[in-house]
Amino acid sequence: MVVEIIISFFIVLSGIFGLVGSFGLIKLDDTMQRLHAPTKATTLGVGGALIASMLYFLLVKGSFSFHELLITLFLFLTAPITANFIAKAYLAHNATRNDLPETGRDYGWALYDDPPLLNETTDPRGE
Amino acid sequence: MIRRLIPHPLLSLTLGIVWLALVNKVTVGNVVLATFLGLAVPMITAPYWPDRPRIQKPFAVVEYFLVVLWDIVVANIEVAAIILFRRKADLKSQWIVIPLELTSAEAITVLAGTITMTPGTVSATLSADAGSILVHCLHTETPDEVRDTIKSRYERRLKEIFV
Repeated sequence: MVVEIIISFFIVLSGIFGLVGSFGLIKLDDTMQRLHAPTKATTLGVGGALIASMLYFLLVKGSFSFHELLITLFLFLTAPITANFIAKAYLAHNATRNDLPETGRDYGWALYDDPPLLNETTDPRGE
Repeated sequence: MIRRLIPHPLLSLTLGIVWLALVNKVTVGNVVLATFLGLAVPMITAPYWPDRPRIQKPFAVVEYFLVVLWDIVVANIEVAAIILFRRKADLKSQWIVIPLELTSAEAITVLAGTITMTPGTVSATLSADAGSILVHCLHTETPDEVRDTIKSRYERRLKEIFV
């Protein structure tokens, strides 16, 4: 009984955060703002469902499942890269140099400027 | 000799554990296969990792992971509250420029990923010389504070990990 309540709690939690993330997609209308909604759904939304699944297999089925940990690992590896690609594609298409703040460096943002040649830099950064 | 056999011990360990987790069953055969993969893949791909950073403090990695996990939970609730209760017109989304002290490509990648995974901030692009990172913040009144938090919470720890 207690176990079922705990598991249900995590499932409901993940549902709520998934819903709020989707609601954010509807409510916000700037692409960069909308990008924040899915990064949330994939963290606590999916996280809650994974914790519930792990608890279910551990406490009800009596076997430990590693797959949820792997899903977490792969999500943490892929989600930021997807978001970064969307952000870069959006900037390349819709923003100009003047829309973005200064870099505070000698070079502009990588979207508009080429990286320095290796022999030009006094501080090689391996890029 | 040992460095040629195991050029990347952490990668070997990760590959082995991931393989065992994928098959979800620890048997002798699976352990042998995991060991083989853990040894073979880093050996074959070693030429593609010319200047891989050495990770100095394994415990710092664990600490970093826990800090980020906690921040993800807190920030999730904050962003959910922003989406639900704040009027669209009141949202102050803005760009934040964070000067970087990290130099290795791996460390910057981890930092950019962390910024994106903690809700409320998304890293967008780097400056051409990788000296600063452009971050989009969903809502903040004090951009300087966000910048200082990211620098002191994440970058400082990463600097200790990737020496």
